[in-house]
Amino acid sequence: MWGLVDLEMLILLTMAIPTLATVGNMVIKHEDYRDTFTFACAAATFLAVLAILAKVGNGSSETLTLFDDLPGLAIAFNVEPLGLLFAIVASGLWILTHIYAIGYMRGNSEKHHARFFACFSFAIAAVMGIAFAANLFTLFVFYELLTLSTYPLVAHKGTDEAKQGARVYLGILIGTSIALFLFAVIWTYDIAGHLDFTPGGILKGKIEGPMVAILLALFAFGIGKAALMPFHRWLPSAMVAPTPVSALLHAVAVVKAGVFTMLKVGVYIFGIDFLAETGASEWLMWLAAFSIIAASVVAMTKDNLKARLAYSTVSQLSYITLGMALATSMGAIGGGMHIAMHAMGKITLFMCAGSIYVATHKTNISQMTGLGRLMPITFGAFLIGALSIIGLPPLGGSWSKWLLIIGSAETGHVIMIAVLMVSSLLNVAYLLPIVAKGFFLSSEDNPPGPIQEAGLFVWLPPAITAFGCLVLFFIAGDIQAFLMPIVGGP
Amino acid sequence: MWEFIVGHLNYWLFCVLMMTGLYIVVARGNLVKKIVGLNIFQTAVFMLYISMGKIAGGTAPIFPTDMNVDPNVVYSNPLPHVLILTAIVVGIATTSLGLALVVRIREEYDTIEEEDILHIERDIVTAENQSHGGAMGGRA
Amino acid sequence: MATSEIQHTALTLHDQLPILQVAIPLLAAPLCVLVGQRHAAWWIAFISSFAAFVISCLLLVQVTDGSYISYEIGGWAPPLGIEYRVDALNAFMLFLVSGIATLILPFASASIGQEVPERNHTLLYSCFLLCLTGLLGVLITGDAFNVFVFLEISSLSTYVLVAQGAYRDKRALTAAYDYLIMGTIGATFFVIGLGFLYMATGTLNMADIAARIAEQGDNRTVRAAFAFILVGMGLKVAIYPLHHWLPNAYTFAPSAITAFLAATATKVAIYVWLRFMFGVFRPDFLFDVYTLQFIILPFGLIAMFAASFVAIFQRDFKRMLAYSSIAQIGYMLLGIGLISATGLTATISHLFNHGITKAALFMGVGALVFYSGSSFYDRLEGRGRTMPWTSAAIVIGGLSLIGVPGTAGFVSKWVLVQAAFEKGWWPIAALIVASSLLAVIYVWRVIETLYLTAPAEGAARREAPLPMLIPLWIAALSCIYFGFDGVFVVDIARTAAEGLLTSPTPLPLLEGN
Repeated sequence: MWGLVDLEMLILLTMAIPTLATVGNMVIKHEDYRDTFTFACAAATFLAVLAILAKVGNGSSETLTLFDDLPGLAIAFNVEPLGLLFAIVASGLWILTHIYAIGYMRGNSEKHHARFFACFSFAIAAVMGIAFAANLFTLFVFYELLTLSTYPLVAHKGTDEAKQGARVYLGILIGTSIALFLFAVIWTYDIAGHLDFTPGGILKGKIEGPMVAILLALFAFGIGKAALMPFHRWLPSAMVAPTPVSALLHAVAVVKAGVFTMLKVGVYIFGIDFLAETGASEWLMWLAAFSIIAASVVAMTKDNLKARLAYSTVSQLSYITLGMALATSMGAIGGGMHIAMHAMGKITLFMCAGSIYVATHKTNISQMTGLGRLMPITFGAFLIGALSIIGLPPLGGSWSKWLLIIGSAETGHVIMIAVLMVSSLLNVAYLLPIVAKGFFLSSEDNPPGPIQEAGLFVWLPPAITAFGCLVLFFIAGDIQAFLMPIVGGP
Repeated sequence: MWEFIVGHLNYWLFCVLMMTGLYIVVARGNLVKKIVGLNIFQTAVFMLYISMGKIAGGTAPIFPTDMNVDPNVVYSNPLPHVLILTAIVVGIATTSLGLALVVRIREEYDTIEEEDILHIERDIVTAENQSHGGAMGGRA
Repeated sequence: MATSEIQHTALTLHDQLPILQVAIPLLAAPLCVLVGQRHAAWWIAFISSFAAFVISCLLLVQVTDGSYISYEIGGWAPPLGIEYRVDALNAFMLFLVSGIATLILPFASASIGQEVPERNHTLLYSCFLLCLTGLLGVLITGDAFNVFVFLEISSLSTYVLVAQGAYRDKRALTAAYDYLIMGTIGATFFVIGLGFLYMATGTLNMADIAARIAEQGDNRTVRAAFAFILVGMGLKVAIYPLHHWLPNAYTFAPSAITAFLAATATKVAIYVWLRFMFGVFRPDFLFDVYTLQFIILPFGLIAMFAASFVAIFQRDFKRMLAYSSIAQIGYMLLGIGLISATGLTATISHLFNHGITKAALFMGVGALVFYSGSSFYDRLEGRGRTMPWTSAAIVIGGLSLIGVPGTAGFVSKWVLVQAAFEKGWWPIAALIVASSLLAVIYVWRVIETLYLTAPAEGAARREAPLPMLIPLWIAALSCIYFGFDGVFVVDIARTAAEGLLTSPTPLPLLEGN
């Protein structure tokens, strides 16, 4: 049946369907119809992405050019493994998050549902654009669209705190992207004459010496969504948003768009070999290592659960940046895989945090002592998610970390191995006590009693994603094989 | 040297008139006087144009009716005169429009002194600040 | 000086397009007054500007390949007669100006009805047409003195149009008066400059002047002419230190008039600048190059930052946009100051892209003012909910003003940064992107006001009338369209820029001149 629809159509559909959902949310007045419609769109998007997977596998497709914006600059799309992986993760998790969001928004009696879901769907459309972008320009366009469409979500509550958070969010993301990222893009265009993502990079032989490192720095800091320190402040600020936003966008779509861009730039613009030759990414590796450790330490000091998770995300994102900066194929593959692994783990954690909030209106970790016995499913899912983030088998997170360690070993960076190890220990230190206190300690705040989970729509999605962490462990080999072509492997 | 100064008398006058006009526009507070200054300023330009159209020993550029033009007669260049006719029209239009505006300003402000008008406008702005300033959380 | 047989082969209507471009609105203007009925006057104005727009399209199609059309008024051959010369640059500008006029008129019919008493309407449309005539005339003519005449036609009518704002706020009168004084000084400087040029070259045809300056080289008269023209037109352009008249004039003029002026008047002044700096004084005239690089370029940079900073701290949306215009003019000056084909391409495409962006934004302000009566931020709170269509169009315009990719503003900024890189002046490229960040701040204040504040108590959903919304959305959508199809604008701009930089086609000079 899929043979009837051609690939170009499918790529456009992945963006058109979420846009349709946006329109639907603006037009349809009845709440239930609206949510059902969005759900149908989410499912259709996921199917479209799967159909692309079925057609292309881990090969690459022809480039589909929509517009020629300027000579050498086109809005164009193609399919390649890294982008496809990102699209699968984002669209698949959208379905779950949507179910969760319905439960959360109604359970919390939040306002302005239509605006919320409209912007949410549009953000997904932008993510699809990023995933299938065939050149840096297209990627940049959708990157900015993603920032703009998520801004109303962060400011959703309309309180002064929300507005302030949203200003920081927008200020840092737009600021870095225009002042540094755009600058780097134009510079690249000036040097290379085009911006197409090409295996092996487009800069080789056209730039040398310290300029490579400077250009890389413009990219690394300009891609603010990758939350590399010191441009990570927007992520904790974005936590004022309703939890489904934090879950899908600020654990999966937006931040992954950042590191995804980082990987794309490393692999297809600079080229892994070129980076390795020039050693331009050496400093980036150290900065990523610093981000990993520092953010973990900050996370430990946070009592607000979402803030702690946000800093944990900052730390985990730097794993992926580190993978790219190692400039070996293992590092890049490990980084790519970590996109999926961390997404699954972190969305679980965020959904659990939201579920606790819906059921008890508690946001601080210190208030959650003893809560595990009242909300066993939520805390069970949280435990699995946490273990996956820490990187323990048999959960997905262990593989990507393993690959990153191999990558570090290959390049002889023993210190990086140590950094990854220490970071795992820190993860244990800031995640597991929440579960342990929840299950084993009791407190006056949460006297033992009957189970008081939030509604089905709220506890089911994290349970599913927790199960997903387990599944990922077993299909990790397939994912690795799937990603091999990006570094020129079989 | 002397010849240079006297020979360019028109141009010296042009400079003096132009600067006088410009000075009046800038320095006078009375709106009508500003228009007068503007007029002097423009008149200076007319003088510049007409001066350069003059050719030493030239006569008025009117050909004899039988079109028997004597090649020995020197004519002045008529083009600058034509241009300046246009410029004079523009100048009159500007003056009348400016004066009309001054009349309207007098109706609304009850004064044509720049100082007083600025004062009134400053009061308006202060009032606006008080009623609208809170819009940006008092930071405006 | 025997009058020879008039060689006039322009017999079909098609050949007469250049003169019709100016004549139609010129003749329609008194017609408005004679008819004396405001609806009829509006129709006359609309039909004639639409006709002008169609003509400009026909002209543009003929010259996109880099050729030019020369039209001799009354059959008098240049350089003695007045020549209308249409090339890619001015055809493109004609297209912009007449297009904006056609777009603004439907908007004006609703907006002016609210802001200006009915008895003035016919006169206002008449002035609008005169202003349009002046602007189109400045663009199309190839004769330097003719530029001055048309410039004054447009300026005088502009002063009247600005003063029409007096029915809402009496400060419109003083704004118009200030504008009159500054504008007249500017125009007189310009005409002094032309006088010096005439002294040095003995001709007023621009192509002819260029050829003669190239022949005789640099001298003091030419330099004086250059300086007077630079400053005189600089006043009209509102380059940074000469911008004093602009904020008040834009703030207090009726909304439709502000939209029209912001999108066209300063743009036409920049066109005259371009024409004189590159078409008349050639870049091989070094004085020109040094002035542009060491005076104009820094002023452009200062404008980008200083005016943006001032815009951030405004309380009035309309005034904020006025300051933002000054900042955006800075970008155009920067493109000129780079003195390269790419830099000029950036300037010319920014003329166009900023024109449609500002038209959209000022029309948006007009639509907001339609009900709230003022454009102060505190009167616009929560409009995102009560006027969703207007607000959404303003957001699009705002994004284009920032230069977000996918909007028209991005395309021209991209080319501008490219031009800076081409010269290897990357600090300037960095400053361009940095100043865009200031635009983010001032635009975001508006968006926050519109969307993130609660509407006033009891404010019902009340959208602006359709005659306002449709032009507003056409402008907003063209911001997006030209953001994705940047090739159209940039190609024409490049043709125009290269036309300016290549040496002019010498005219067949009259013997014994």
